[in-house]
Amino acid sequence: MNIKFLSKIDGGLKFLVLVVLLYLGCAILNFELLVTALNGFGKLLKEVIPVILIVFIVMFLSNLLLDTEKISKYLGQDSGVSGFLISIIFGILSAGPIYMWYPLLADFKEKGMKNSLIATFLYNRAIKLQLLPLMIYYFSLKFTIILSLYMIIFSVINGILVGKSLTHKK
Amino acid sequence: MSFSLLSPKTKEATQKTWNAMKRSMPILLGVLLLITLIIEIIPKNIYGKVFTGHVLLDPLLGAIFGSIAAGNPLNSYVIGGELISQGVSLVAITAFILSWVTVGLVQLPAESLMLGRKFAISRNIFSFLSAIIIAILTAYTFTIL
Repeated sequence: MNIKFLSKIDGGLKFLVLVVLLYLGCAILNFELLVTALNGFGKLLKEVIPVILIVFIVMFLSNLLLDTEKISKYLGQDSGVSGFLISIIFGILSAGPIYMWYPLLADFKEKGMKNSLIATFLYNRAIKLQLLPLMIYYFSLKFTIILSLYMIIFSVINGILVGKSLTHKK
Repeated sequence: MSFSLLSPKTKEATQKTWNAMKRSMPILLGVLLLITLIIEIIPKNIYGKVFTGHVLLDPLLGAIFGSIAAGNPLNSYVIGGELISQGVSLVAITAFILSWVTVGLVQLPAESLMLGRKFAISRNIFSFLSAIIIAILTAYTFTIL
């Protein structure tokens, strides 16, 4: 493969090409694995399509209604405690896999959302409201409450640490 | 409605969203393909075999395996529930289910591409360490309450 061609394509496409090559490698070594993985991919894709649509609708609405000034005010450097509260609440309420929210967060980051709040949002994505009854079933109500509270507290600590570590690296 | 009939602001928002979609889709497809491959490669019964009963080693192993694992968090609860019945410590299982949802080695390339490499590495390292600390605190609080 032409290396110069690879250097011209963007990172996202390069990543997809690499994963496809990995699949081709698997097909050579174990064709059955490729078939089951592709079946799994089909099922997962069907599951995440509604989430992808929600994310892009939210992105469209944010592009329409929220300008850089508003995002900076509520989620930027001077957003303070309210910025953390917004990130915690929306992090808990947002559905679907974590990676589906990367495009929207990248968009918000460009508009001024600070790193610590992105990290806080992503950490709270781990509190899955729809799965709480199952967690209670497997691990008890007491365990679920204790773990969820620690997760919220640590989401803020994590956010601050991530923010500070990136400020120091600059 | 024709695209040209849209207001300039709507047109701009549509164009921006379309551009973001074009940039993101290869990454999202790549991460979905990678996750399904990892799910197929890692056998589900492996998790029961990795824990040793060691007080300090097990939470670390739980966090490591949770970080590598991918897929629906529901699976981590089912596996965690099974591990509890096998006598694996609550600290190890908590670290496992927590790092499953907060640390993403499989998603790391996608996170790096969209949110920045330094951000992705830093966030995953802190999330990994937090998983162990929270696991210890949760198990301790659970016992004393």
